[in-house]
Amino acid sequence: MRLERRESVPLALVTTAPLAAIFAALLLAAGLIGAAGVNPLTAYAEMLRGALGSRLSITEMLTRATPLILTGLAAAVAFRARLWNIGGEGQFYVGALTTAWIGHSLGLPGPIGIAVLMVCGMAAGALLLAGPAFLRLRFGVDEVVTTLLLNFIVILFVGLMIEGPLRDPLAFGWPQSVPVDGDYRLPDLVPRTRLHIGLLFAIAAAGVVWLVLTRTVFGVETRAAGLNARAAAFAGISLPRTIMGVALVSGALAGLAGAVEVMGVTGGVTTTMSPGFGYAGIVVAMLAALHPAGVVAAAIFVATVFVGADAMSRATGVPSFIADVIVALSLLTMLVALLFTTYRLRR
Amino acid sequence: MIEALEILTNTSLWAAVLRIATPLIFGVLGALLCERAGVLNLGIEGIMTMGAMAGWLTVYMGGDLWMGLVIAAASGGLMGLLHAGLTVPLGLSQHVSGLGITLFASALAYYLYRLIVQVGETPPTIEPFRPLDIPVLSDIPVLGPILFTQTAPTYLALISVAVLAYVLTRTPLGLAIRMTGENPHAVEAQGLNPNALRIGAIVAGSALMGLGGAFLTTAAFNSFFPEMVQGRGWICIALVVFASWRPGKALIGALLFAFFDAYQLRLQTVVEGVPYQLFLMAPYVLSIVALILVARRAEVPEALMAPYRRGER
Repeated sequence: MRLERRESVPLALVTTAPLAAIFAALLLAAGLIGAAGVNPLTAYAEMLRGALGSRLSITEMLTRATPLILTGLAAAVAFRARLWNIGGEGQFYVGALTTAWIGHSLGLPGPIGIAVLMVCGMAAGALLLAGPAFLRLRFGVDEVVTTLLLNFIVILFVGLMIEGPLRDPLAFGWPQSVPVDGDYRLPDLVPRTRLHIGLLFAIAAAGVVWLVLTRTVFGVETRAAGLNARAAAFAGISLPRTIMGVALVSGALAGLAGAVEVMGVTGGVTTTMSPGFGYAGIVVAMLAALHPAGVVAAAIFVATVFVGADAMSRATGVPSFIADVIVALSLLTMLVALLFTTYRLRR
Repeated sequence: MIEALEILTNTSLWAAVLRIATPLIFGVLGALLCERAGVLNLGIEGIMTMGAMAGWLTVYMGGDLWMGLVIAAASGGLMGLLHAGLTVPLGLSQHVSGLGITLFASALAYYLYRLIVQVGETPPTIEPFRPLDIPVLSDIPVLGPILFTQTAPTYLALISVAVLAYVLTRTPLGLAIRMTGENPHAVEAQGLNPNALRIGAIVAGSALMGLGGAFLTTAAFNSFFPEMVQGRGWICIALVVFASWRPGKALIGALLFAFFDAYQLRLQTVVEGVPYQLFLMAPYVLSIVALILVARRAEVPEALMAPYRRGER
């Protein structure tokens, strides 16, 4: 048996690939749920109910999906150009920290202030990724390791800031940054829930990214750089400029996730405010086959698993880490599924 | 200032260097073996977490410490086999597969741990490896307490460096592995199977990573807790580049790195008025600096990250 490249990639296969991958991941995880002495079907039913069973749980799930859409877009944009940005977590935190810091004492009226703060968060994330992109272009340093290591550095830096200059004096010794001014808290999308209008920003961002990738020169250059960098260079595309552009956009999206999370949910910054949004964004991007519209759907799936698993864990006693297992497994199964969209098995 | 220098004359610092270096030595050797065969293994962070958990769990369930190391190596090898299956015969992206393995292996380790230890419980402890205190040798002034009072796995790590260096440079198997990383077509032309060699190297390398993780729970500490690997795996990936893919240099890199880590820990208690986070950042910053310094003249294995399919170029 061997793999043979398909002449064309059928659309039906591309759309069923993530579904097949998710199904396979759930099937594999069922064994682990069984090991905890719980019927997997009961557990999955509890998960669905926990994430989608009531108005409140749906809004909770969408609240969780909001930063995931943005970090997922960040990974998708970068991976398309083969820029391996694994630093979404760090970019999320610098975006959040910058927003809290500037937003605490920014003397601008509400809506303008919110816009300014979003730009600040984006700038912070973009600058953080510009570093590794520069190191790759100038010195040939692999960006995977540098972006990963920067995640650790940034979280330590956040810890330093919230125990020092940005410490919230009203938090009773709890290590938390000063909150953003009340004027800059994002309005609720659904009254009396945590769901905020950041969700709309995230979906709009997906639309803008989709337009940029499909309708602009920059988008074509990005794709060309990812598909065949050498050929792209011969076609007159400046690889350094494209990679740097991609890095700025990708970092900005992850930084925006941090800014929106601070203004929409947490108010201030803590070192535990992200349950791995940056890393989960990579899974979201892969499940979406790096397509911006797919990112929204994939983020909703991942958020459903995370929010649902918490409720399921409370009801059945299965450790909530099962969510991380399912999400990680779906990344691996999606990789295999994607292979079969471009290749077929031949005897 | 004098105090900062006095730390250097303290034998406990130098003993700590060897102790801190041990998991890094295992990890960097493992990553190096995979990359020498042409496959980047970013699963390392998760594989070390898995090894740490498996080693601890084995001992906690009543196995002896050596059994713990064996199970840790086996669980690492198993995760390596998964990475190998995805990246070698299927030729999938080594970056994404490796990250997937890291996410999966650490999630699985935490999940299995939580099946046994509930949230909020204090982490149960085990009786870890004791320092050996080798008779006669450990009485040598200065060098004795540094070199001959380590735990058994540290010596295992040092032996592994010699064994891997010997196998890679002095045996036909080592030549075949290195050739697979440079030019798999040439390996095929020799009548050898490059994919089988790659799978073998990844499994063996991942077993070493598992041992590195197990050192944390069975020798350095005596319990398992989430996030305990703390980026050591990523640092190992950086160290491989720093070591120019050579086991001997990898040992030096790991020791150098461990020295800075041990030194910053002690410096924290001496230097006042500097936030402790700055000291904790030092190892990560140092790794990045090391990468920048060597990146230009790195002798990267020619076929690293290029999947091999027979008849395809």
